Amino acid sequence: MNKNSWILYIGILVFGLIAPFIFPAFKVQLSILCVLIVLATTWNIQGGEMGYNTFGNILFYGLGMYLCASVQVGMFFPLAEWTESGGEKTFVHTPSQFFQGMAAGLIVAAVVPTIVAGLIGYAILGLRGHYFAICTLGLGVAAGEISGGIEIIGAGQGFTTPPFPNIGGLEARGEFFYFLSFGALVLTFIAVRAIYTTRFRLILNAIRDNEDKAEAMGIETMKYKITGWMISAFFCGLAGGIMGGLVGYIDSTDVAFDGREMGVFMVLMAILGGKGTLWGPIIGATLFHFFKEGFWTFFLGWQYVALGVLIVVIVIYFPEGLMGWLREKYPERFGEVVDEADRKAQVELK
Amino acid sequence: MDFLVFQYPMITIQACLDGLLLGILFALIAYGMALQWGVMNIINIAQGDLVILGGYIAYFMYLYGIHPAWGVIVSPIIMYFVGIAIYKLVINKVVDRDLFISILATFGISILFMQLMNFAFGADVVLANSGYGTTMLFDNNVVLPNSKIFSAFISIVFAICLVVYMKRSKLGRAIRATAQNARAAKILGVDTEKVYAATFGINAALCGVAGALISITFTIHPYMGLPYTIRSFMIVIVAGLGNLPGVAMSGMGLGIFEEFADYILGTEFRIGSVFLLLVLILVYRRFKLSRKREYLK
Repeated sequence: MNKNSWILYIGILVFGLIAPFIFPAFKVQLSILCVLIVLATTWNIQGGEMGYNTFGNILFYGLGMYLCASVQVGMFFPLAEWTESGGEKTFVHTPSQFFQGMAAGLIVAAVVPTIVAGLIGYAILGLRGHYFAICTLGLGVAAGEISGGIEIIGAGQGFTTPPFPNIGGLEARGEFFYFLSFGALVLTFIAVRAIYTTRFRLILNAIRDNEDKAEAMGIETMKYKITGWMISAFFCGLAGGIMGGLVGYIDSTDVAFDGREMGVFMVLMAILGGKGTLWGPIIGATLFHFFKEGFWTFFLGWQYVALGVLIVVIVIYFPEGLMGWLREKYPERFGEVVDEADRKAQVELK
Repeated sequence: MDFLVFQYPMITIQACLDGLLLGILFALIAYGMALQWGVMNIINIAQGDLVILGGYIAYFMYLYGIHPAWGVIVSPIIMYFVGIAIYKLVINKVVDRDLFISILATFGISILFMQLMNFAFGADVVLANSGYGTTMLFDNNVVLPNSKIFSAFISIVFAICLVVYMKRSKLGRAIRATAQNARAAKILGVDTEKVYAATFGINAALCGVAGALISITFTIHPYMGLPYTIRSFMIVIVAGLGNLPGVAMSGMGLGIFEEFADYILGTEFRIGSVFLLLVLILVYRRFKLSRKREYLK
């Protein structure tokens, strides 16, 4: 790591820390952006590095969301009565209860999806290509439909997460969730960056490029695939838990297991930025968030139509994403050696 | 949990018959999917949304006082051109690319259609009433709406017509040749681009027929598309590409499974059980295939 990148990292960190005070009106948006970056970056471990295009990471996200809220409520109050009352303030968390519950909830929200990923990984990750994509799509939708039928977590009417406690008249909800999600983002970035410098990334890339050959070279591909998925599940669960508290209301198919929105968003963000790179999903998520907010503001009512068009356009015209485009344009910047004559010939061919 | 289904044999018969009639409809949609999957190697996530769009065409005929059964004729004609338009705008750019690209692109189309239908037709659950009455069997213990029998009959007629068309006509032969080997077909003078467009159009037309029948027998709603896609995908992978009797059989099997899931688990878990069944089938398939792979190692 050279000096320039250290300056970049510290600059981003400082910006992240002071951002909610510079843009106080956008605290919630910035928190959502952090969560989106976490989701895109973890999707990239599967879709970009490993070549397993999953729609199923939404499963861990939704699971984390429900688990965090359930633990936070269930630690102090009867869960069934809480969901029964549907957000009526019959039970109120004291500040210490709220924070204890949140901490415990986030731990559970991160750990349980990891275990789930480990358990189902052997069965699911044996599928290849589009079978894997459709299977994980089914998994996400099935989880949404089934959780929508379970009474104790609110079934069809939804689940209200505990409201942020009022500490001596101080309004700190936005800051609290912003720093929570920013912390999750920093944690994810450090973890993913650390992974990407090891042999693990090379193995994942080998699996992407040719799984049979990787197996023939003596790599136990299944072990690495499951590990990769568990890492994703950990951070997706964490992001889900934070998002649940941030939104304040959990619905099975519209918020938690929202395969139609969030499940596609994470794929799209990673593709927009350029999959298979460290910075691609981060840039993609940021751009996408601007797009999305723009759509929601200027095309209100037509936002999903615009989104559908955006998906089709990105997928057809920018399948390599922004980073891929830059890489093609300035290969030297990415440490690739290019033969000048060869390049000219390529340009002429085009 | 309702175990009534085991105590009264009549309910079992009812569920089986309902499932069979429903399954024939699913098989028709799955046939379209198998066709385009086999020919173009594309998995169309928007399949279910094409079905729903076809259903709305029949529903609108019903609203304007035309009997919705005529939708069976009108809807495929309109849907054929919709299919061609989708092919020209999007699909022809993803045909030869990575399968995931086509899945994602059709996912985008699916979202687009869902929302456009939501704007155009509203978010209500609607039904085109055919007024066909019901048939009572076994001392009035089993009730079968005539519309279901009608829809199963029409599905079979369309499926047979299509099979004959594929066997006999010039275009049918071109489609089959392209499915076998697109490059060889191109060399021998088949305009594969046209064949692809026609295939997608025929698929959309089949969806239109199925949609019109669904709007008569069941209900339609703009967001109900994805389960139909998943059902047809499931039927195709169970039956295999190009195995028509298999598609019919597994379609009926799925229909019966759904009816029983509905009775035993409750209606709220019906769609969930379909998606879960898909996951289970794929996982089963993966273990079966991995056993086959053993001696390759």
